[in-house]
Amino acid sequence: MTHDVKKQLALSAVRIREGVLTATHAAGCGHPGGSLSAADLFAYLYEKELRVDPKNPKWDDRDRFVLSKGHTAPGLYATLAQHGFFPEEELTTLRSLGSRLQGHPNMNEVPGVDMSTGSLGQGVSAAAGMALAAKCRGKDCRVYTLLGDGEIEEGEVWEAMMFAHHYKLDNLCVIVDNNDLQIDGHIGDVIDPYPIVDKLEAFGLHVVAIDGHDFEQMEAAFAEAKATKGVPTAIVMKTVKGKGVSYMENQAGWHGKAPNDVEYEQGINELEAQRKEWEAK
Amino acid sequence: MADVKKIATRDSYGNALVELGKEHDNLIVFDADLAGSTKTGVFRKAFPDRHFNCGIAEGNMMAVAAGAAAMGMVAFASSFAMFASGRAFEQIRNSIGYPQLNVKIGATHGGISVGEDGASHQCCEDFALMRSIPGMVIMCPADDVEARAAVKAAYEYKGPVYLRFGRLAIPVFHEEGFDFQIGKGEVLRDGTDVAIIATGLMTYEAIQAGEALAAQGIHARVINLCTIKPLDEEIVLAAAKDCGKIITCEEHSIIGGLGEAVCSLLSEKLPTPVRRIGVNDEFGHSGPAVPLLKEFGLSAEHIVEVAKNFCKE
Repeated sequence: MTHDVKKQLALSAVRIREGVLTATHAAGCGHPGGSLSAADLFAYLYEKELRVDPKNPKWDDRDRFVLSKGHTAPGLYATLAQHGFFPEEELTTLRSLGSRLQGHPNMNEVPGVDMSTGSLGQGVSAAAGMALAAKCRGKDCRVYTLLGDGEIEEGEVWEAMMFAHHYKLDNLCVIVDNNDLQIDGHIGDVIDPYPIVDKLEAFGLHVVAIDGHDFEQMEAAFAEAKATKGVPTAIVMKTVKGKGVSYMENQAGWHGKAPNDVEYEQGINELEAQRKEWEAK
Repeated sequence: MADVKKIATRDSYGNALVELGKEHDNLIVFDADLAGSTKTGVFRKAFPDRHFNCGIAEGNMMAVAAGAAAMGMVAFASSFAMFASGRAFEQIRNSIGYPQLNVKIGATHGGISVGEDGASHQCCEDFALMRSIPGMVIMCPADDVEARAAVKAAYEYKGPVYLRFGRLAIPVFHEEGFDFQIGKGEVLRDGTDVAIIATGLMTYEAIQAGEALAAQGIHARVINLCTIKPLDEEIVLAAAKDCGKIITCEEHSIIGGLGEAVCSLLSEKLPTPVRRIGVNDEFGHSGPAVPLLKEFGLSAEHIVEVAKNFCKE
């Protein structure tokens, strides 16, 4: 990966993180922690990986992205806005009356949202259904879905894994954001879903474990997913919840809480510094 | 009436899917390890490439069907009514209902007539559950002809549909090619003393009750309502206006189904006395279907008894 590409991705991720803070601050609620842990992934997917067209969001041959961990809508919205699916100014309407930016994504209202999600465990099933239907229709598009590591406590996730493996959905890429935290604390303390990689492998998926803040590893993992035939691929990415905003990092309390004015300013300043650092590189 | 042809509407469902499959290659069918019983197995035999068994995982099946629909397919997802509407309720609500996806839920083995399997499988709550989901169309066909028409109409309708079919073979009384429309009831017998509004297998019982009552000088209007939601308000209000007394008949709990839908409408628009025939607030139990139906009051004889007492009041 060239320096320029890395810089492009890093700057995109900073802008997504700014969008997450701006949207949740304006809303006074929402889910910044898991949006920030997945911000680098969002940046990579929409800059490099997904075959989508913001001018034609319903393009039939596009790749699909299902945000199975629908509560991290602020991260997805910030990404879609950055890529021109809708105006970035709209991010401040998050969760407010009359806004199409619902607390959890609505596919019928927001351009670029491929599935309405929010109830955990269901998005991954829908993504498997999309991957199956794509094969039935002879389409070469791929389907990507992002799950939280707390989300995989839902039994339906494993029903979906069985299904995806049974029907050899190699056009499906399941990504697990392993930030280690859920609302009530560490996932291992709440109800231990580890070892995640072993479990996914036992369900027959091809599994790639990466650092979810390393774009080069992401690039390699997605290339591996595309090259893997006959089974779906799962990418388990180790991440830091709240990544990029110092006081939110590794704090379960920032799962579903918005920054106040002071916290917002501090966060935005930190992100501004990260941007300048990258611009200078 | 011994020579009346009897067919279970679950068979009609499987046969209708095959007919639709021949015409439409965007039709895809899912099942949850019950393809032999729900009769989607008939479709699987004809179109093995478009039938997908999800195993015993109804929640996943519903959201998978939603995903397939989001990719432009018309997805039929089948299980027993209990597990389709009950276990997978939230997937239906959030992944099918809320995004208004083009999924048709083919729920077989509805009601008490499941028989020997007993209470765990006798779903008398599905209308109530599905009625509570905004925009959900609910149909419960009364015989083979209507069931096949309902499946075809469900395919053509764009959006979520819940279809309830039965296990028990029931008499066929509709003529082939009759005019079927979602949301439209039909008057099967005219009368003004009392109106009997029925759905599913209770419709044939209502027809027989209508005949028996006529022989005793009570002229009942018999109405078949295949579509539970949206309710044909016009036909119900006209019946209330003309007859002044309504009896509802359904193989479902008296809570939350056709009876309460009719009561809700009438209490707001034309208050009219109503008697609800259905499964009272209790669970079923094992036994052969026909004696069970009689035991739970889901019979022509019981309708006649209720109607006679109602008309005396």
